[in-house]
Amino acid sequence: MTDGGVIQPGTPAPEFTLRRGGGEEFTRADLEGKTTVLVFYPFAFSPVCTDQLNLYDEVLSDFEAAGATLYGVSCDATYTQTAFREKLGVRIEQLSDFEPKGEACRAFGVYHPGGFPQRALVIVGPDAVVQWSYEAPSPGELPGANLIFDGLAAAAAPGAAAPAPGSPA
Amino acid sequence: MSELRSAPVPEPDAEDHLRGPAHAPLVIEYADFECPYCAALSARLAGRRLRRVFRHFPVRSNHPRAWAGACAAEAAGRQGRFWEMHELLFADQARLEDPHLWARARALGLDLDRFDAERRSEEVLARVRRDFESGVRAGVVTTPTVFAGGRSFTGQLDAETLAALG
Repeated sequence: MTDGGVIQPGTPAPEFTLRRGGGEEFTRADLEGKTTVLVFYPFAFSPVCTDQLNLYDEVLSDFEAAGATLYGVSCDATYTQTAFREKLGVRIEQLSDFEPKGEACRAFGVYHPGGFPQRALVIVGPDAVVQWSYEAPSPGELPGANLIFDGLAAAAAPGAAAPAPGSPA
Repeated sequence: MSELRSAPVPEPDAEDHLRGPAHAPLVIEYADFECPYCAALSARLAGRRLRRVFRHFPVRSNHPRAWAGACAAEAAGRQGRFWEMHELLFADQARLEDPHLWARARALGLDLDRFDAERRSEEVLARVRRDFESGVRAGVVTTPTVFAGGRSFTGQLDAETLAALG
């Protein structure tokens, strides 16, 4: 999975461990029972990441109305992520993939050889199966919030979460 | 469920703020009044023969007074002075608190009570939200974002791009 790009729709979410702001674990079990959007971003405090999370925060109530919970995921330490979130004034919860560094990002197929997550979006359904995913063509390109709403709509459509053509089952 | 799925940037309609000669090249700006790059871009576009549409794209966590600025411009617009307020807001972005907005409204000779009621009204909020949502659906992430000639441009436009706009 690590070599083939971001995890594909229809694939069960891998086992992983991330850390929440208070240091608690966030694992595969936390995905169950709700629709989750994982927003992988390269670095806290980088200008482009700032714009992306600001925009998603502005439409957070729309994501809630669509039944989705958003999390930001990066390899930054928990304290860095908390400072980042406070500086931006955004509400989106952050999950840290600091140690072992990038292990969860690798499991989702978004770890960049440069030592940071690719800019990617993954929607996981209440059954912990990936419903939709997107990887930005380059880390500097910002996926608009519209793409996530497209993904949520596609996931809600009949026959969703079938493996993408040509992807390994 | 909210409707923020992808959609093309809307063509100008009767509700849009539009100025410039009818047959000049169309430029649609998504901007906010607290964004310094938006003010700079607006100044650079000002001397050109363009048909310009201004749409609000306020993002609270980025610019805490962006929504207030947008609503002030809309409220001024309801008294026929949108573009004048647009200019006054961009002219002094360090002063966007309520007393500064009232001072601008006074300077424009607006009915102040009406201005203050309307800038806080549901109708004005919905009008700003309409612009913002159309931008989100068209993939706008940050300001300024400009749509012109079937393409979109984000951030400062270089001289070559500006010249190509018309």
